[in-house]
Amino acid sequence: MAHYLFLLIGAVLVNNVVLVKILGLCPFMGVSKKLETAYGMGAATTFVLTLATGASFIIDHYLLIPFGLEYLRTLSFIVTIAAIVQLTEMVIAKTSPMLQQVLGIYLPLITTNCAVLGVPLINISHSYGFMESLLFGAGSAIGFSLVLVLFAGIRERVDGAEVPLPFKGAAIAMVTAGLMSLAFMGFAGLDRY
Amino acid sequence: MELLIAIAVMALGAVVLGAALGYASIKFKVEGDPIVEKVDAILPQTQCGQCGFPGCKPYAEAIVKGEAEINQCPPGGDEGVRKLADLLGKEYKPLSAEHGEEKPKAVAVIREETCIGCTLCIQACPVDAIVGAAKQMHTVVESLCTGCELCLKPCPVECIDMVPVPETLDTWKWKYPVIEIKPAEGRKAA
Amino acid sequence: MLQKLFKFKGGVKPAYNKHQSVGTPIATAPLPSRLVIPLHQSIGGTPQPVVAVGDKVLKGQLIGAADGWISAAVHASTSGTVTDIGPYLVPHPSGLSIDCVVIEPDGEERWIERQPLDYRAMAPEAVRTYLQQSGVVGLGGAVFPSHAKLTPSRDVPMEELVINGAECEPWITCDDLIMRERAAEIVSGIGLFRDLLQPKRVLIGIEDNKPEAVAAMKAAVQTAGEPFEVLAVPTLYPAGGAKQLIRVLTGKEIPAAKRSTDLGVQCFNVATAWTAWRAVAHGEPVINRIVTLTGNAGKPRNWEVLIGTPMDQLLPLAEPAPDTDGVIMGGPMMGFLIPAPDVPVIKATNCLIAHSPTLFPPKPPEMPCIRCGECARACPQELQPFELYWWSRARNFGKTQEYSLFDCIECGCCSYVCPAHIPLVQYFRFSKSEIWAREKDKKMAEGAKDRFEFKQYREEREKAEKAEKLAKAAAAQAAKKAAEAAAAAGSEASPAPPADDPEAAKKAAIAAAMARAKAQRAAVQPRNTDSVSPDQAEEIAAIDARRQQAGLEPPAPSPEPAPAAAPDGKEA
Repeated sequence: MAHYLFLLIGAVLVNNVVLVKILGLCPFMGVSKKLETAYGMGAATTFVLTLATGASFIIDHYLLIPFGLEYLRTLSFIVTIAAIVQLTEMVIAKTSPMLQQVLGIYLPLITTNCAVLGVPLINISHSYGFMESLLFGAGSAIGFSLVLVLFAGIRERVDGAEVPLPFKGAAIAMVTAGLMSLAFMGFAGLDRY
Repeated sequence: MELLIAIAVMALGAVVLGAALGYASIKFKVEGDPIVEKVDAILPQTQCGQCGFPGCKPYAEAIVKGEAEINQCPPGGDEGVRKLADLLGKEYKPLSAEHGEEKPKAVAVIREETCIGCTLCIQACPVDAIVGAAKQMHTVVESLCTGCELCLKPCPVECIDMVPVPETLDTWKWKYPVIEIKPAEGRKAA
Repeated sequence: MLQKLFKFKGGVKPAYNKHQSVGTPIATAPLPSRLVIPLHQSIGGTPQPVVAVGDKVLKGQLIGAADGWISAAVHASTSGTVTDIGPYLVPHPSGLSIDCVVIEPDGEERWIERQPLDYRAMAPEAVRTYLQQSGVVGLGGAVFPSHAKLTPSRDVPMEELVINGAECEPWITCDDLIMRERAAEIVSGIGLFRDLLQPKRVLIGIEDNKPEAVAAMKAAVQTAGEPFEVLAVPTLYPAGGAKQLIRVLTGKEIPAAKRSTDLGVQCFNVATAWTAWRAVAHGEPVINRIVTLTGNAGKPRNWEVLIGTPMDQLLPLAEPAPDTDGVIMGGPMMGFLIPAPDVPVIKATNCLIAHSPTLFPPKPPEMPCIRCGECARACPQELQPFELYWWSRARNFGKTQEYSLFDCIECGCCSYVCPAHIPLVQYFRFSKSEIWAREKDKKMAEGAKDRFEFKQYREEREKAEKAEKLAKAAAAQAAKKAAEAAAAAGSEASPAPPADDPEAAKKAAIAAAMARAKAQRAAVQPRNTDSVSPDQAEEIAAIDARRQQAGLEPPAPSPEPAPAAAPDGKEA
């Protein structure tokens, strides 16, 4: 049990997918201008990433490995994830217009999100089991949502600040992201007790 | 042999996923587009047609479909473009010059002694802000006029003027506090 | 009776500077050479002028009639001639002009017919209307029409009536002096308010730096034998804010977006009570008020001033020092510099402070906010001004509303304590007016959209109606043709069947009648085939033949159906 807990906390903080592994930077920079959009993106990513880790585990273990097709992982994962995202979007659009309002435009963005592809690949390279894969996926997604929301909060506030002209916009956002990354490096010793 | 297996597996995956998506796209088809409504809510509803579309809603639809740029609405002004850019995640662009420029709000006023009562302006007004009848003098209901200027052209005797709305106590706004830049005391001495 | 007092959070203690103007009693200001009376002097609708240029008016005569329920009438302050009605500069931070009535006094001060009103014998509704027509508005500064505030809520029973004599702003002493000198009339006015609102308690709150006023009011209440409670409240700016005074006296805190009446509390200024009583007991509408003249002046004092008196004729009474470079209307915390020296005194003018750079040194330049939180500690509304400032400056108006911008009473405590000298209130006012303007624009846009959509719908409908009309006309044409055909057929079938049995005879009669009717209908229609030349007849026959060949029509009916129908009619 403790193993799973450490796996989860490690995925959220220590090996944070954005700030430590530097994956999924496009949505991190792109959808962090407002808190509300950050919440939406976080929720959507959490949902898809958890689903994608599960699906990719199944595909890897029951399709690719038996046929010795490990070299097709990247390709097949991308195809699977894209299909899952599309499917989810359609289902949500039909069944829950409310959720569609919240997640709507962020779901397609996830298709091209490297974190969503990267996490299943990391799972494979760590040879995690199914449960571990799911937990690691969920943890990474929670970590992603966490830093996205934190970053959006900071950016909203920075919008009101007097930023020198050359630093305005993306530049100050990059500086902020860098500082946040440094801060998250501080969690590195957390699992070595 | 291995190559064939690989092709077969990928083809199988493609077929399965494609079939699922295809089925879903039919099964879960949704009508309408909520984004159009959101875009429409940002537009100023002057219905002036300066964007090249017959009204604000068609322009909103065109924006969402990607058929129109977001900088074609002069009455919405710079702020409107910024809001649209924000909503749609697009890059901000300055107002396009070919669609006109942002003007201070004005209302149409009919010079009543010249009006011949032809009703052409009444038909042209998109928001029913002109009252009158055939061979009767027309007048513009000032509070309803959006200042779209669509009534100017049809008037055969050119008796309609655009009059800027003056600032009154009701429309007066507190200004943004301006910080005076003065040299600091110490530096002046130095 | 010992009354427990409550506290509000925050507040500041600026230098009071009240002693300068309380030494001498209220004096009546001399009649100015002209009076400029703005028509819009209260919150709500702008009164419409009821006099014309050249009219002779009497003192107290109505010159602007209230427009709507939230609006109060405006009266001539003295007798004289109306010389102009038009836009003049008024004391407003905008520096804009509004319509004013200019009166040249004749110096006779002839009153209109004044009659005391026996308000106890009148319906409350009539008393309220009377107060509206007398131009009674809140003289504390908000100038909200008092009659509207004197309408008790239907849902919430009135608990407390709070009378505001706190006068917390520095320099101002007009309420202090009016309480000292005219306490009896104020108490009678409070009695009038009490009778209209029927509260359970009446609380009069006066800051404890005005012991003379407290004593005078206590004495007056005792003399009148009223159960009003006169309470000295701790001196702390802004104890005179309605919400703060209500909090101090009753312990009730008015929640955001609610009004004091929702909690059964109503609040009036002491001077308002005085003007209401003058209106009821003496028939005098609101044409004057007490104005404190103070600041950089040799003879600071309170004056009873006619509404409309140009300030440049009033201020010399206080003998302002030569280095005076402006005039503040209101107090130093919430007041503003008047846009021109000759703007008129209005109902909201409680104090004029001669401004000089030594007395009010210019603020040091604004420094960056360091989020020290002094402003939040000082805010009597328990807001976070530094957050409001941050978002106002960034023009993020949604966020300012999240931080309850509209609960800000613009008291100026935050600006007063700010170590970075940030003009916080200016930012809040900017945000508020931007939000209001946006809301207005949005409403207009929605209205325009609705009308546009309706116009489109109407055009569609008209098009459809036109199409329908055309279709109907076409159908009528077709029906006519069919009728002709039927009539012709009727004439052919005219020989009646033998009347063997009554049933058949009846049927025959009906058929004959129908045929007759059809024929008649057909006969009424103008026909161009009735009288044709043989050539034309030939032509028609040829056309019909061609048509028949083409299979367009059933065999042509006989060309003369009307005469054929005639024997049918005779037979029946």
